[in-house]
Amino acid sequence: MASQEFLIQYLPILLFMAVAVGMSVVMVLGSLLFGKQNPDPEKLSAYECGFDAFSDSRNKFDVRFYLVTLLFIIFDLEIAFLFPWAVALGKIGMFGFFSMVIFLGILTVGFIYEWKKGALDWE
Amino acid sequence: MAELWQTYGIWTATTLAYTLLVVVGLLLAVAYLTYAERKVMGAMQRRQGPMTVGPFGLLQPIADGLKLFSKETIIPSGANRPVFLAAPMVLFSLALVAWVVIPFDKDWVLANINVGILYLFAISSMGVYGVIMAGWASNSRYAFLGALRSASQMVSYEVSMGLIIVCVILCSGSLNLQEIVLAPRPLWMQILLFPMFIVFLISILAETNRAPFDLPEGESEITGGFMVEYSAMAFALFFLGEYANMILMSAIATTLFLGGWLPPFGLSFLAFVPGIIWFALKVCSVLFFFIWARATLPRFRYDQLMRLGWKIFLPLTLFWVILTAGVLIVFDALPG
Repeated sequence: MASQEFLIQYLPILLFMAVAVGMSVVMVLGSLLFGKQNPDPEKLSAYECGFDAFSDSRNKFDVRFYLVTLLFIIFDLEIAFLFPWAVALGKIGMFGFFSMVIFLGILTVGFIYEWKKGALDWE
Repeated sequence: MAELWQTYGIWTATTLAYTLLVVVGLLLAVAYLTYAERKVMGAMQRRQGPMTVGPFGLLQPIADGLKLFSKETIIPSGANRPVFLAAPMVLFSLALVAWVVIPFDKDWVLANINVGILYLFAISSMGVYGVIMAGWASNSRYAFLGALRSASQMVSYEVSMGLIIVCVILCSGSLNLQEIVLAPRPLWMQILLFPMFIVFLISILAETNRAPFDLPEGESEITGGFMVEYSAMAFALFFLGEYANMILMSAIATTLFLGGWLPPFGLSFLAFVPGIIWFALKVCSVLFFFIWARATLPRFRYDQLMRLGWKIFLPLTLFWVILTAGVLIVFDALPG
């Protein structure tokens, strides 16, 4: 029963999601149905400031965007570790604090390495 | 069956009613936020803003909505149709869904879950999917570039936002948003958190792609960014989603730093005013900051934006987490 009580707290989220998704679908499809549709090939071509598109636009892009997301994964994971630590710090005291300081210290070493290597530069 | 209805049916019906109330209220708030933005920016630039539709132009957002609804939905021939149409829906639904855990007043919250702030963090980080889907599915260069920029920018500032949230959790000892609001916060703790509030305000500007960090849209260089191929209601959903996200981020800032529904500055004689009014006023003042920043600051360059996020905010917030934890331990002020 206790677990049921626990789960029922999450039911409003499910209801809200259903309402939100339903609403957006109705809005877009309603506009598709009621708006006047008058397509022609020129109108439907990709917008490139008056030129015809030269090639498919899904091709190579700057590797730095990729690098940023890689760095993001590392730091976001670290934050995922910090959340439970922050809630429980009152109970784990000094030992918990210094464990996290050491962990963050190692991470900072990596961060300094990235910085020196120029992974954070956008020149 | 009747018994089942007794236990769950009525409860579901009331929750659904409240949900609709929140959604409709939110949509009205979004509509009038666009109006407020145009009016405030008009005043700052010594113009009048919208004045024609209705008294003082008050019906302007409704007229805009109806116009967008009746326009033609253009789906480019090179686009991936299902993903193209799903992207605005994803962005808009996510902007709405996060509101389920925001406490508007004491116990005025739809889902009082004990990991509220984690839920918010998860939902707001999923917004990137909508942007990437839109940019990829459009099959247009501008859209693709805008989506890449937007995704990098959003994930960069999310890191420092996460660390700021950790600072707040350290001070309140709970992940539940109501408990965060109600946690006692003496003056020294407020001073300790104040720099984080400033960093948070700047980060939410970047997180919602607002000026001066509106490079993903950058109408003067990439002509609207990831939404360049959108029209009619699909475009309107992006627009509504962006503004709903602005209100959401203001509500999060209010809940984490400004004391949510409590009267400001701990003035207890003001407690007769309903909490929802204080909540709304605080959210409005953060929103005013959004509009003010847009009207006064020039756009950043992309390298400046990334440098601010990774080289200034990230080390600063990381240091502040350790500082906050250290101060709380030394003064034996840790909750729980």
